[in-house]
Amino acid sequence: MTVYLVRRLIQALFVVLAMSVIVFVGVYAIGDPVEILISPDADQIERERAVRALGLDLPLWQQYLVFLTNAVQGDLGRSFVFNEPALKLILQRMPATLELAFGAMFLSIIIGLPLGLYAGLRPNSPASKTIMAGSILGFSLPTFWVGLMLIMVFAVQLGWLPSTGRGETCSVLGFVGLTSCSSGTQWSFLTLNGLSHMAMPALNLALFKISLVIRLTRAGVRETMLMDYVKFARAKGLSPSRVTFVHVFKNILIPVVTVVGLELGSTIAFSVVTESVFAWPGMGKLIIDSINVLDRPVIVAYLMIIVLLFITINLVVDLTYSMLDPRVRLESKA
Amino acid sequence: MRHNSGRGVAVTTTVAAAFALLASHASAQTATMAVGAPVTSLDPHYHQLSPNNAVADTIFERLVNTDERARMVPGLATEWRVVEPTVWEFKLRPNVRFHNGNAFTAEDVAFTLARLPNVPNSPSSFAAYSRPISRVEIVDPLTIRFHTPEPYPLLPLDMTNVRIIDKETAEHATTDDFNALRAAVGTGSYRAVVHRNGDRIEFERFNEYWGERAPFQRVNYRMITNDAARTAALLAGDVDLIDQVPTSDLANLRRNNNVRLSETVGLRLVFLGLDFLRPGNENSPFVTDNDGKPLGRNPLQDVRVRRALSMAIDRRAIVERIMEGAAVPANQFLPEGVFGYVANLAAASYDPDGAKRLLAEAGYPNGFRIQLNGPNDRYINDSRIIQAIGQMWTRIGVRTTVEAQPWATFVGRAGRQEYSAFLIGWGSNPDGSHPLRNILATVNRDRGWGSSNRGRYSNPQVDALLLQSLGEMDEAKREQQVIEGMRIAMTDVGVIPLHIQTNIWAVRRGFEFTARNDELTRAQDLRPAAR
Amino acid sequence: MSQAAIGGAATPAAPRKDKVETPFRRFVSEFAESKVAMFGLIVFSIIALIAILAPWIAPQNPYDLAQLDIMDGRMEPGTVGGAGFTYWLGTDDQGRDMLSGIMYGLRISLTVGAGSALIACLVGASLGLLAAYAGGRTDSAIMRLVDLQLSFPSILVALMILAFLGKGVMNVVIALVIVEWAYYARTVRGTALVERRREYIEAAQCLALPTHRIMFRHLLPNCLPPLIVIATMQVARAIALEATLSFLGLGVPITEPSLGLLIANGYEYMLSGKYWISFYPGIALLITIVSINLVGDQLRDVLNPRLKK
Repeated sequence: MTVYLVRRLIQALFVVLAMSVIVFVGVYAIGDPVEILISPDADQIERERAVRALGLDLPLWQQYLVFLTNAVQGDLGRSFVFNEPALKLILQRMPATLELAFGAMFLSIIIGLPLGLYAGLRPNSPASKTIMAGSILGFSLPTFWVGLMLIMVFAVQLGWLPSTGRGETCSVLGFVGLTSCSSGTQWSFLTLNGLSHMAMPALNLALFKISLVIRLTRAGVRETMLMDYVKFARAKGLSPSRVTFVHVFKNILIPVVTVVGLELGSTIAFSVVTESVFAWPGMGKLIIDSINVLDRPVIVAYLMIIVLLFITINLVVDLTYSMLDPRVRLESKA
Repeated sequence: MRHNSGRGVAVTTTVAAAFALLASHASAQTATMAVGAPVTSLDPHYHQLSPNNAVADTIFERLVNTDERARMVPGLATEWRVVEPTVWEFKLRPNVRFHNGNAFTAEDVAFTLARLPNVPNSPSSFAAYSRPISRVEIVDPLTIRFHTPEPYPLLPLDMTNVRIIDKETAEHATTDDFNALRAAVGTGSYRAVVHRNGDRIEFERFNEYWGERAPFQRVNYRMITNDAARTAALLAGDVDLIDQVPTSDLANLRRNNNVRLSETVGLRLVFLGLDFLRPGNENSPFVTDNDGKPLGRNPLQDVRVRRALSMAIDRRAIVERIMEGAAVPANQFLPEGVFGYVANLAAASYDPDGAKRLLAEAGYPNGFRIQLNGPNDRYINDSRIIQAIGQMWTRIGVRTTVEAQPWATFVGRAGRQEYSAFLIGWGSNPDGSHPLRNILATVNRDRGWGSSNRGRYSNPQVDALLLQSLGEMDEAKREQQVIEGMRIAMTDVGVIPLHIQTNIWAVRRGFEFTARNDELTRAQDLRPAAR
Repeated sequence: MSQAAIGGAATPAAPRKDKVETPFRRFVSEFAESKVAMFGLIVFSIIALIAILAPWIAPQNPYDLAQLDIMDGRMEPGTVGGAGFTYWLGTDDQGRDMLSGIMYGLRISLTVGAGSALIACLVGASLGLLAAYAGGRTDSAIMRLVDLQLSFPSILVALMILAFLGKGVMNVVIALVIVEWAYYARTVRGTALVERRREYIEAAQCLALPTHRIMFRHLLPNCLPPLIVIATMQVARAIALEATLSFLGLGVPITEPSLGLLIANGYEYMLSGKYWISFYPGIALLITIVSINLVGDQLRDVLNPRLKK
């Protein structure tokens, strides 16, 4: 087990290295950050000064070496745009994205699992057909479009929910006292106002995932119901609910866990569109803004964090596999 | 509930009006604004960027202010004059206090100017405004003199770009200190109390302000970059003002009784740059003959071709159909009334038949093929405009393909002269020498000219006039030189001007906003509506 | 289905061997059992036909700038335009006939969606199978590549490809393949890891069958059900992703709009009541994706060896 973990760790290191090289070369190929950031009436002298100030006057490989040397010491560079440490910028935005992503995951499971289970157990009922049709809508409509529709209906027409932004936030400590909502890591799910701001973006982000969970669950249930052991359990006279929730459920969890795990990562990584439509101040909005102005330190730091996140999630998914399904043995992979 | 001075007394006469006032004042304590472009820093000297300047203008002030028509008006300086051709003297406003209580003096001005070139990591600094000054002389606490090596007429204009900071607070401050609000201490009518990078800034009224009292106790300044979401936030009543109103929503908002629009013709020209780098006997990268083969020459070097391309464009149709009226057709960089506006320049008329004749005259009776490039995320409706021009050029026989790219990839390629024709914009300072020097002058590193001359237009006559004007201390003569330079460049079609954008803000009923032609969305320009 | 796949008698849910050995006709009749799926197939065929025949049946060539006139821009459905024919579904901001735009847009969207899903599926499934079957170093290498890929925002990938290759439909397909193959790889590997421990694989290995034969003829068919679920969804997702890229200005060229780009263009006009610019392409997109999924759902059920009643 330890050997396994250590090996995964070493592999992770290589992945992170490869990532940083790709980003360096990629951003270099896309364009020149100074062209984008500099005032259009800046003259040559000012341009050259800016290039030097951002460390872009060195050859690319030297820039990369400088970056590596600093990265080893825990410094991922300063944002070209904000002149703040890239890592700090990202960590500041992280809670907003995390709570949105977890909110969406939560919605997708509490909505998706029961609906999928129902559709799988009664595949021919009209309700199931409606569920399946609905799930198709869930992943065929472009996110940005659904987002705007949600805003138009629930904020502009009905006025039930705030249109955009992240409402009041509190730190976890603040929750206890209900007064100190200004220090520490800020979470908006701790206040009613914050929750109301979160509802629409979380749902928008969850739509695709809900459909995915519904379909995976249904497919799994239908398959499992025909398995010999389920037939046997039924024949034994076990109650339908016990069959469903113990025998069937346990088996369909594997693909669902894989995909949900994977999707958690991609939800965090790709919440870009939702965050931009709902003006949600998370990492996704930061990265798209950074890409637009080629703020390389932020792009690199962000991607390194995301890679680490993915590696962790994949590790957890693999570990969960081995617990859920004794047939998959981690050790045997060596 | 706090009432504003005299107004409350006058209105108590009628009950209905009193109720109206009550309602407007209840909301008047706090206002929420939503802007479309993110502010990247509260350090007023870190990054030359309109959104940053707008916020800096709320917290800090300048020696020379500009009013909503971009005319220079007294700010922290009450008057300024030329003592001798190379010396400018500024008299400073007495009894001005910074947010921390410190008095404003000439020391602060000298410190600010010294800081401009020394902001670490600045991606676009303000150093250009202190570079012409060779020596700063503090005559007394409220008088300061700037010595320049050569006569420099633009110094007051430069001072409209420099926000003054408190020497004591900012002596060792970094950009981080400004962002964390520790150093964000100015003399403006609001002070910043909350700053969440790229998300929101919250201002509070500064009660000891020297001038007109800020209308709101508190202003939330939010950044909503998505156009539709910004409009939706206004319609839902979550924000009281939005800037950069999308043109697609204009017609609808004009009909809405709960919304008022505040608009003015701006200083930003949208124009087409053309390839002047390749000489007449070489190929331009995206120009071919009608069969897609190299043409063997660069038709854009022929003024008749350039004129034909300009005449083929129906600017009125673009303004009406694409911009939904939010622009004015243009034949030059600046709108009427601004220093350096060329009054006797022929209007850019739409004449497709004349364009075809000119093309034939130039040796292209059957036209040629060209690609028109442009950004798709930079200027209002940029990718729509180039498509419309593609239609119009194709109609006179210049078969046009159109390609739009994100600014990040577009601007670098345009700067390397990789395009034959491209759409771009230019936001001018309110002085004709500004576009002349940066767009139309021959690229010259030593003089700092042609910084955004991406087509590489070059005309010795224009250069000579510009050079004269930059050393001319007589304003009337200087304006004549600038006008003449611009007239020559425009007649020569150094660029193809399209339209000048209208700047539009939308407020909810009960609010009023002073539209500025420099595009800045400043908190102090939002007020409760007068009744 | 290969003989050997069920030849491993232990394949748990194949009670009637002859059913699995069905010839093509059996497959067709099984597919036709579902009326909904047949309906989906018919609708999809019509859509595909429209897409293929667009240049001949569309009233206007929406890609030819000379045929467009901005003076006809944003006309309501049913208006007669300057060119003399009726814009049944209205026009967009460039004066592009929405009906023609949708017909041509279908071509692009289907090419992008199906093309990228197919290529990504081939690449991803092969690598996923290989990872699961070979294990060890190969597995680690492939899976770390997957990690790397999944963590790259699709927008950044698209931007880089745009920088390297320039804009174009093929480049969007390449970008989508690069973004999507990892999903297939991850899913197939997950399923295959479970399957390869099953007895029928062991039996095949005991028979000393060549590796590629075991991988593609034994392992793959049993990994198909989740793969088909993912694939039908990924076609839809690819079309939607292409729409999102277009929305962000990174998709297909603006003068050759896909359905997604048409929606993105009209999106700005939603608040001002010019619904048709975004609405009709949205409907077309929806019908396309729903029909693909109806077919996909049934395909999955028919192809799944474990779902035989």
